[in-house]
Formats: sequence, structure tokens, C-alpha cells
Amino acid sequence: MDRQVLAQGRAPGVDARDQHNARSYLIGLLYALPLTGASFWAATTSFVYAPAVPVLLAVLAIAQMGVHLAFFLHISSAPDQTNNFLALAFGVFVTGLIVFGSMMIMSHLNHNMMSMDQLMRMQR
Amino acid sequence: MSAAENALAPDSGIPLSLRGPAPVRVVAGFGFWLFLLSDIILFAALFAAYSVLSGSTAGGPTAAELFDKKHVFAETLCLLASSVTCGFGSLAVQRTDARAMYFWMGITFLLGATFLTLEGREFAGMVSAGAGPSHSAFLSAFFTLVGTHGLHVTLGLVWLLIMLLQVTTLGFQPMVGRRFFAFGLFWHALDIVWIGVFTIVYLGAK
Repeated sequence: MDRQVLAQGRAPGVDARDQHNARSYLIGLLYALPLTGASFWAATTSFVYAPAVPVLLAVLAIAQMGVHLAFFLHISSAPDQTNNFLALAFGVFVTGLIVFGSMMIMSHLNHNMMSMDQLMRMQR
Repeated sequence: MSAAENALAPDSGIPLSLRGPAPVRVVAGFGFWLFLLSDIILFAALFAAYSVLSGSTAGGPTAAELFDKKHVFAETLCLLASSVTCGFGSLAVQRTDARAMYFWMGITFLLGATFLTLEGREFAGMVSAGAGPSHSAFLSAFFTLVGTHGLHVTLGLVWLLIMLLQVTTLGFQPMVGRRFFAFGLFWHALDIVWIGVFTIVYLGAK
């Protein structure tokens, strides 16, 4: 079974090194807990320069997603994971396109539109 | 090792294109992985809607006034812990160790149910305070996004119960193992979506 899997690629979620390895989940927890704590700390503290907080939160969130992918879902860039990794890359690409594309278009639209208050005043 | 398995070995000298289809477990896992990615794209659309509408409060309560960060922190810890216990449960399924499986998956179920209870209490509190989904575009987007995640968790719990029943009735057959495996992927993916939810919705609240 193992040799078959090596020849034909690997399903996502299967640990490459050891099928019975609980350590991977514990390492993941060890990374994820401080990252979660740091996110909540960054959102409440006045220690960090306020306009930089959203960037810090984004960095922490992306790092934690990476930890979950690597240690819980066991996604890696190993040769037997090419299919899984390519699918993930496409998913991330589409997600980024939808989220940032929508935000950019809508902010430009808001910028070009007259504000609702002014519009109401003109109708009177 | 049989002749067929020999032919599948990486050093067999047979080109990849002539080795035949991949094992069911790999195909099923990859198919479910594609479904999960499409589900994440669904969430991407909801995140985009929320990001665009989060300022449109129509004179109602804003995100910063509504959300209690301690409450969200408890929810986050529940889901993170349940992801780890689900991992231990998956390992128990691979070992076909029924007792360890019931123990870890039972804890996973309890943590998931605790998460849902906390979220349900938050929603009920908001609706009774007059901040229901019909109040503003911001609240509509909030209830859609967080509610869809909650719905996924609910479905995950139902799936987990069904899987526990299947292990009880069918035992650790290969197909039960594959379904349990897909459940594990689903549960971990929900935790990844929740990272986006607590960062963008709760911590990013202005």
C-alpha cells in the first residue's frame, strides 16, 4: 500500500514520514496557540502603532493558516503531493482574486460615487 | 508483494503513464480536497461581501460595539483543540483502535458542540438586543458569513455522529476509514476558515 501511494501521489492529510505520528499535531498546536494569542493581543494592545495592526493581524493569520495546512492537513511541496499543492495554489489564487478584487472595485466605486447624504440633499 | 504491486513501485522502471489508476484512497482524498477548496472559494465570496459591507451599519451598532473578544477567544480555543483531538482520533482510526477513536472523537464532538453553543448564545444575544440580520447590510453580511461557518460545523457534527455509528455497526472497513479520513480533512479545513473569521470579522472590527 505504501509503495503504491509513493508511485501514484499521496492523498492530502496523510503524513509522509509516519502514519502513526501524533507529534505533528502537537507541534502544530505548539505553533498555533502563540499565533492565536498574538492575534488577540495585537487587536487589543496600544503597544503596536495603530495603523500597522491590520497588517500584523494579516501576517499572523496567514502564518497560522500555514501551520494548520502543514501540521494538521499535512500539505507539503513534496513530489508526491504535486496534485494537492497545485489545487491549493489555484484555490488561494481564486480566493485572493475574489476578496481583494471585490474590495478594490467597491472602494473605487465608492470613491467615484457621490455620497448618499449629498444625493438625498439634491433630491429635495 | 504481488506482481501488480511490484509494477506500481516507483523504481519498477514502468513509466508513470502505464502504471494504471491511483489507489482509491488517493483518488477519494484528492477529490475531497478539491471539494474543500471549492468550499473555501464559497467562503471567499462571503468574506468579500463582508469586507465591502462591514462599514454599512445604517445608523445601527458597529462591529466594535457588538463583539466581545473574550467570548471569541473561547470559541477559537474550542475549535483549535477540537482540530488536534480530531487528528488524534484520525490516527486511532488508522491504527483501528476503537477505544482511542471513541475517546478522541468524543472529545472532538464535545468541543464542537461547545463552540456551537457559544456561537448560538452570541447570535441570540445580538438578535434580542435588536441587532438581528435585518437591521443593516453589515449585520446581514455578518450573520451570513459566521452563520455559514456555524452551519458547516453543525453538519460536521452530524457527520461525526454518523461515522461513530458506522464504526459501531460496520467496523473499520476500508470505506469507513476513507470516510473518516475525509471527515478529518473537513474538520481541519473549517478551523482554517475560522482563522479568517476571527481575524477579519472580530479582531479587524473598527
